[in-house]
Amino acid sequence: MTLDVALEHRFGNFEIAISFAAPHGITALFGRSGAGKTTVINAIAGLVKPRSGRIVADAATLFDTSRGIDLPTHARRIGYVFQESRLFPHLSVRQNLLYGRWFAPRAVRQQRLDDVVDLLDVARLLDRQPGELSGGEKQRVAIGRALLASPRLLLMDEPLASLDEARKSEILPYLERLRDEVRLPIVYVSHSISEVARLATTIVAISDGRVARVGPTAEVMSDPDTFPLMGRQEAGAILPAKVLRHDLHDGLTELVTSGGRLLTPRVEAPPGTDVRVRIRARDVILALAEPQGLSALNILPVTIRKLGSQDGVVVDVAITCGTDDLLVRVTRRSVERLGLAAGKSCFAVFKSVAVARRDISTVDAKPD
Amino acid sequence: MDWLSPDEWTAVRLSLQVSFWATLVSLPFGVLTAMALARGNFWGKQLLNGLVHLPLILPPVVTGYILLLLFGRRGAIGAFLDQTFGLVLAFRWTGAALAAAVMSFPLMVRAIRLAIEAVDPKLEQAARTLGANSAWTFVTVTLPLILPGILAGAILAFAKAMGEFGATITFVSNIPGETQTVPSAIYAFLQVPGGDASAMRLVLVSVVVAVTALALSEVVATRVARRIAAK
Repeated sequence: MTLDVALEHRFGNFEIAISFAAPHGITALFGRSGAGKTTVINAIAGLVKPRSGRIVADAATLFDTSRGIDLPTHARRIGYVFQESRLFPHLSVRQNLLYGRWFAPRAVRQQRLDDVVDLLDVARLLDRQPGELSGGEKQRVAIGRALLASPRLLLMDEPLASLDEARKSEILPYLERLRDEVRLPIVYVSHSISEVARLATTIVAISDGRVARVGPTAEVMSDPDTFPLMGRQEAGAILPAKVLRHDLHDGLTELVTSGGRLLTPRVEAPPGTDVRVRIRARDVILALAEPQGLSALNILPVTIRKLGSQDGVVVDVAITCGTDDLLVRVTRRSVERLGLAAGKSCFAVFKSVAVARRDISTVDAKPD
Repeated sequence: MDWLSPDEWTAVRLSLQVSFWATLVSLPFGVLTAMALARGNFWGKQLLNGLVHLPLILPPVVTGYILLLLFGRRGAIGAFLDQTFGLVLAFRWTGAALAAAVMSFPLMVRAIRLAIEAVDPKLEQAARTLGANSAWTFVTVTLPLILPGILAGAILAFAKAMGEFGATITFVSNIPGETQTVPSAIYAFLQVPGGDASAMRLVLVSVVVAVTALALSEVVATRVARRIAAK
């Protein structure tokens, strides 16, 4: 199952022209607020009618202006998880969960209540009313409700935006399970880099109503050209890693990446667990020789892959660490002084804060 | 029930009958009208709104007279109903029910409209994404959520119908056993010497019915509101 979207729309002077394909896994529509992300998924759901375009999900044409097709929302079989969970207040959690299932044609009902209840861990909530649930619990129920309608794909509009940090980290593991266990394309709208870094398989970066960049998450995030889209402070790349061991003596965890070992404050995951480490560009320092006598624990040999635009005070540098790509921000003066150029070998020093725990995706990760 | 004379008892029973049917029959129209006024976007919406509220501001006698002109045996609609369905309204208890329904309609529509406007359209949108078409969305989401408003509107309309006098007496007169409702009976008793005691007993009945209805509508509204407010 895949989703193909191509559409044009206009609000006053603001024009949207976007096309992308969403395979299995989570496709993040990423961009600042007002970039047109929500309009795109509302168009996929049939809640907004674009001026022209074509939306095909799983070989079913939902919308096609050239053929005059415009299926109404209820016939599209699109699961939609809204920012505010929108549970029906007059129905119990169980009735909410089964609401969409009741309307799904018998032949397409794939999801069983028990499986979804297990996946989202909502068994003890079944007989409650939505008013008695916490924000995170409501969102889990909303996800389950969308899944049980046996949709062709799942749309999520900033499902974590209205939750505080603790609730967010409570629900993130469920989204990861959803991504890994449910074979559906998921279109996930977000303006949070750390969410996208942790969840997305594919990133569609949207800026001013256009697609600025599409690609696998690691590739897009390590490309200096996408920096302006992410915001200078938050820009950074993600590094796949595996938990090697925990040092009980000083509370650190050792991770293995393709470029070497990294130490991070204790990660609550057993050895062998795959994790994603996000390293912000501003938290990396480059050195020509291996530095001695530094307090930083994490120093890895790297190769410069590409220099970004050199028009400003700072330059974004793409580096290769093992087989993975990272980003570094340095001043233009440093580029000139150190003679940085593509192909040059040097050392990357990761400041101790660089490996932030909240960006390590594990089941029990909690924010600092 | 010997504290009410047979005549008084007849008036009470008739009033309950008239109010019950007036409320029940106007309820679907009330929901439709409230839906149109709350959600609709059509030409003549303000006209409809004005028309619905007209009985509230017109002198009841005028409303009764208009009903007589329209629904009397020789009235445009009255003649049609008589010839087609054999339904006669003028000077019948059914006419009293019509007068009561027309007079209480604005109150009913108002209560239901407020309830509809309090429903978050985003919930209905969510129902659509889950596969419910407009009709199912209305039945499974909108209707349950506005039920307290519908109940409150119905109870209010019932109480108003119990007290309707001006339009009723103008349209269907004051015929004991046929169109003499409690207010008409009170009025009639006050016209005859020695009728004060009868009038007083019916006044008591009116007060009890009105206060009970009001209390009931408050209880219903707060109870259901509490269940839903916790969202």
